[in-house]
Amino acid sequence: MSETILSISGLDAGYGDFQALYRVDLSVNAGEVVAVIGANGAGKTTLMRSVSGLIKTAPETVVWQNQGIGALRADQIAAKGIALVPEGRQLFKSLSVEENLIIGGQLGRKGPWNLRRIYDLFPILEERRDVPATSLSGGQQQMVAIGRALMSNPDLLLMDEISLGLAPVIIKSIYDALPGIVGEGLAAIVVEQDIAKALSVSSRVYCLQEGRVSLTGASHDISREAISRAYFGV
Amino acid sequence: MDWINATIQGTLLGGLYALFAAGLSLIFGIMRLVNIAHGDLIVLSAYLALTVTMAIGVHPFLALVFVVPAMAVLGYALQRTVLNRTMGDDLLPPLLVTFGFSVIIQNALQIGYTADPQKLKAGAIETASLSIGPITVGVLPLLVFIAAIVVIGALQWMFYKTALGRAFRATSDLQDIAQLMGLNRAHVFGLAMGLSLAVTALAGVFLGIRTSFDPAAGGSRLIFGFEAVIIGGLGNIWGTLAGGVILGVAQTLGAKLNPGFQVLAGHIVFLLILAVRPRGLFPRMD
Repeated sequence: MSETILSISGLDAGYGDFQALYRVDLSVNAGEVVAVIGANGAGKTTLMRSVSGLIKTAPETVVWQNQGIGALRADQIAAKGIALVPEGRQLFKSLSVEENLIIGGQLGRKGPWNLRRIYDLFPILEERRDVPATSLSGGQQQMVAIGRALMSNPDLLLMDEISLGLAPVIIKSIYDALPGIVGEGLAAIVVEQDIAKALSVSSRVYCLQEGRVSLTGASHDISREAISRAYFGV
Repeated sequence: MDWINATIQGTLLGGLYALFAAGLSLIFGIMRLVNIAHGDLIVLSAYLALTVTMAIGVHPFLALVFVVPAMAVLGYALQRTVLNRTMGDDLLPPLLVTFGFSVIIQNALQIGYTADPQKLKAGAIETASLSIGPITVGVLPLLVFIAAIVVIGALQWMFYKTALGRAFRATSDLQDIAQLMGLNRAHVFGLAMGLSLAVTALAGVFLGIRTSFDPAAGGSRLIFGFEAVIIGGLGNIWGTLAGGVILGVAQTLGAKLNPGFQVLAGHIVFLLILAVRPRGLFPRMD
C-alpha cells in the first residue's frame, strides 16, 4: 500500500451563499489515478477548484503531503506540485501555443516534463507552436491544456472534463496518451461525465451526487447498477 | 509651408502625449484599471524632479535616475496596499479610489509647493533647434518624440518577447488560470503599476521642462492621455503613439487657425474619431 499524498476530509465549499460540496472525503495515493464522476452540477468542478486553490477552504480540510493547504493561494499550491487542467481548457488567447506551454513551466519545478517531451507526446503542437493557442481545434487545445499542466512537473495532475465538447475519435486519442502521462508515478484525479472512460483509466472511483460522495470503490469491480444509483440517486 | 511646419511641430508634441498615455494604456490593458490619478501622478513626478534638481543641483535629466525608480516603487506599493483591494468585476471601485488619489495628490502638492507655477530648468537644450531645409524643429521636442518611440518600442518588446510580458498577457487573459501557473495576480498587478508610473516619471520630467506646471495641471494631462489611448484603439501600444500624434497635430493646426482653438481642436478631432470609429483606429481589445 503506497502512502496517501492527498487527503480531503469534511470539505464544504461553494460560491458565496451557494454551497456546492457537503462534507466530501477523498484521498489519493502516490502514483494512483482516481476518477471522480457525477452528473452536471454534482460539484466535480468545485472539488477541483478547491484542491487547486481557486476556492479557499479551511486550512486542514485539504491536506497535501502532510500539510494543510486549504487556505493557500492557487499559485502557492501550484508551487507545491498540484496542476489543474481546467474545464473548458481555458488557454491564454494572447499567447501562442508554445508560450502557453512555457508559462505552464513558469514555476521551474524539476522533473521529467519539458517542451521537448510535450512535443513528442503531441507532435501536432510542435507544428503549430507559433499560432495563437485559441486558433487550434478543440482537441488540439485540450492537448495544449494538458501539456501546460504537465510543464509544471506536478506530483498530482487534476483533469477536469478533458473530453467535454470533443469528438469521440479525439477523446480516444487523448485518452490513449494518458498512460504515457501517468505511467511514471504521477498521481491524477480524472473528472469525467463519461463513466466508461473514467473507469477504464482509474484504479478507484468516487461518485458525486448533489455535492456529496454517493459511492466509492475500486474501478474494476464496481457494478453498473451501483453507479447509476449513485449517479442519479434513483 | 506654415501648415507643414505646424504639422511637424504637432507630431513632435504628439510624442509627449503618447508618453502621457503609455502608462494609462498599459495598466488598462493588463488589469482593466482606469487610473483617474494618472495626470496628477505625472505632475507629482515633475515636482519630485524639481525637488531633486533643487536639492542636489543636478540637471532634470539626471534627476530621472532618482524619479523613475521612486515612481516605480510608489506604483508597486500603491497597487499592493490599496488598489488591489478595489479590483474585481466592477470597474467602479478602482475609478473612485483613483479619483480620491487625484484629489489627495493635488492638495498635498498645493500644501507642499504652493499653487505657484513651477518649471524644470534644463538649460540650453530648451531653446536649441535644428534646421532641416526651411523647417526648424526644437531639439527638446525632437528628443521627447524619440523618447516616446523608444519607450513604446521597449514596452512592445517587453510585452511580446519577455517572461514579464508573457505574465502580463496571461494575467490579462485569465486571472484565475494565470494564478494556477504560479503567477500571483497581486504581484503581477503591482509590477504593472510600477512600470506604468516609471513611464509616468519620464513623462512628468519632459512636461516640466517643456512647460510650466502647477498642482492642478494633472487633469488636462489625464484627458490628453485618455484621448490618445482611445484614438489609437484600446490595447494597441503603437496605436497609442498614433493617437498622441493625431491629437498633437490637431491641436497645433487648431492653434494655427486661431490660438484659442488649440485644445478645442484636439477634442473635436477626438469626438469625430469616436463617432466614426467607436473602438478607436487600431483596436486590439474587445
